[in-house]
Amino acid sequence: MKSGSHLQMRWMELLVAACFMGVSLLVITDSIRVGNSWGNDGPEPGYFPFYIGCLLLGGAAWVILQTLLSWKQDDGQEVFAEKHEFNLMLLMLIPSVVFTAAIFVLGIYLASLTFVAAFMVWQGKYSVFKSIAVGFGISAALFALFEVWFNLPLPKGFIETWLGY
Amino acid sequence: MVGLLIMDELNNLFHGFAVALTLPNIGFMLIGILLGVLIGVLPGLGGANGVAILLPLTFGMSPTSAIIMLSCIYWGALFGGAITSILFNIPGEPWSVATTFDGYPMAQKGKAAQALTAAFTSSFVGALVAVLMVTFLAPVVAKFALNFGPPEFFAVQLLTFASFIGMSKEPPVKTMLAMMLGFALAAVGLDSVTGTLRMTYGQESLLKGFDFLIAVIGLFGIGEILLTMEEGLAFKGQKGRITLRDVLDTWKELPKYWATSLRACLIGCWMGVTPGGATPASFMSYGTAKRMSKHPENFGKGAIEGVIAPETAAHAAGTSALLPMLTLGIPGSPTAAVLLGGLLIWGLQPGPLLFTEQKDFVWGLIASMYLGNIVGLIVVLTTVPWWAAILRIPFSIIAPVIVVICAVGAYTVHNSMLDVVLMLVFGLMGYAFKKLKYPLAPLVLALVLGDMAETSFRQSMLISKGSLDIFVSTPLAGSITGLALIMLAWPLLGLFKKLSRG
Repeated sequence: MKSGSHLQMRWMELLVAACFMGVSLLVITDSIRVGNSWGNDGPEPGYFPFYIGCLLLGGAAWVILQTLLSWKQDDGQEVFAEKHEFNLMLLMLIPSVVFTAAIFVLGIYLASLTFVAAFMVWQGKYSVFKSIAVGFGISAALFALFEVWFNLPLPKGFIETWLGY
Repeated sequence: MVGLLIMDELNNLFHGFAVALTLPNIGFMLIGILLGVLIGVLPGLGGANGVAILLPLTFGMSPTSAIIMLSCIYWGALFGGAITSILFNIPGEPWSVATTFDGYPMAQKGKAAQALTAAFTSSFVGALVAVLMVTFLAPVVAKFALNFGPPEFFAVQLLTFASFIGMSKEPPVKTMLAMMLGFALAAVGLDSVTGTLRMTYGQESLLKGFDFLIAVIGLFGIGEILLTMEEGLAFKGQKGRITLRDVLDTWKELPKYWATSLRACLIGCWMGVTPGGATPASFMSYGTAKRMSKHPENFGKGAIEGVIAPETAAHAAGTSALLPMLTLGIPGSPTAAVLLGGLLIWGLQPGPLLFTEQKDFVWGLIASMYLGNIVGLIVVLTTVPWWAAILRIPFSIIAPVIVVICAVGAYTVHNSMLDVVLMLVFGLMGYAFKKLKYPLAPLVLALVLGDMAETSFRQSMLISKGSLDIFVSTPLAGSITGLALIMLAWPLLGLFKKLSRG
């Protein structure tokens, strides 16, 4: 998939089109299951989605065909992302995924504090003290806005239970 | 007769001002504008996902106060986009990309204050013209649409989606794919007509289907942050400070460009009502201004017309996008789609009946468009240095904070952690789609309108007993369907031309 120092557009094009095709098959199979024709009292539940699925399938096939037809001509020249760019993107994506997972365990306040502070230390080279201060400020602002002012509870973890909230 | 009609609208409008001008509502207006400018300035937070994130905060308010605050966020975001474009050469919003072409060169020449004043003032003018149009045209359209049956509604929806395919800059097949994905996601869950479960594949959590708010927050918010990160942004900005003198001097100069401004208003209103949206409107307006100008060679080097044209059109389009949303229940832009979703959550059914049954709400909203834009203009003119300071905060602080805000926003929609996970998936999707030129707006619109479109399609089919003729049988439905088919055939025409040439 990778050649030289960049991700090729043509491979990503195929990958995404294949995903569309997968979705279209899910849509079509389920529409047939619930019925895609004309029932006793009107169109069955799968009537409308069935055609949506067909259009998805057709469109995805068209994109794949186009990509394959220009395969040689393109020769992997068109760039989806340079490798270092893609890595930068991952530097944002992976911490975000970890942050989301952490909400389940730590609750949103502690997870946000840690996420903001860690990202600042790691990417911004800030001092630990300053980073934690900013992280704490963000969490406190969230708490004031949601929990206190608008009365919308956010996910909490052990620390809030421990603090008796 | 016409005079009477206008009197009637004016009466309604004054009533609306009375609704909007209560102290709490003015407060919400101010908060909305400030939040909106903030959203417009920060990368990764835009009109659509900003409104989506803040929507849960309004669940406890009265619908009128809520829509006033949310629409003011929208106006604020429209204003805010210009600040980053002119001072930092970074479009805070897609619709302010065209503003960077001449706005940033002006700032480099030390004319930042002039460029900003011109941008804000033209935004205001564009919005004002569009609100005037909404005031007098919306009731007429609503009255007309009262005669619509299911076939006419489906035809209008078909036209909306067909014009996306026909008019989009992106490849038509990809526009279609994005749209169909939106429809497919909208169909997941409980089918409201028959009570059948569709496409849940045994997953109980999919019962209520995919919420478009989550999709908007992920696609636009997380997706944008990933893209920004990839570009490795370092903000290097020009100084922005506006004195009263700058404002007055620029205002003296602006009337010279009335023709550019007028053209931009027309383009903006047209693109807003038809679902073109603010972004294409701003580009189209910039292009037209350049072509019609006596000195096209100055464009791109800091011509003030190059700021006036896109800003006027973007605001006119953004504002007039609310006309089809209020009267037909069809939003003209992704942000209008989010506002429409809000209406549904507050239990208001958008469409022609809104004008007769929810007078307070509709006219309160329209009055707040006038007031919100005046407040907005004053706020941005006086507070530019603040916003510029916010932009100097390094990305390594801004980025995680925005991810946190998006996660909180996604969670509060249904108090569900699954939504936060889905938001990340949508974010990755938004990133890939942007790079591969799959447009996001039709996906969001299809996700919002999917159920409505399907219902009107099924109702029509029930009336006609399964014959598609119903969409062409009456003159009204027939002409709308015809127009839709022309739009659909548009890209094919180009294809044939290409093929015949060899």
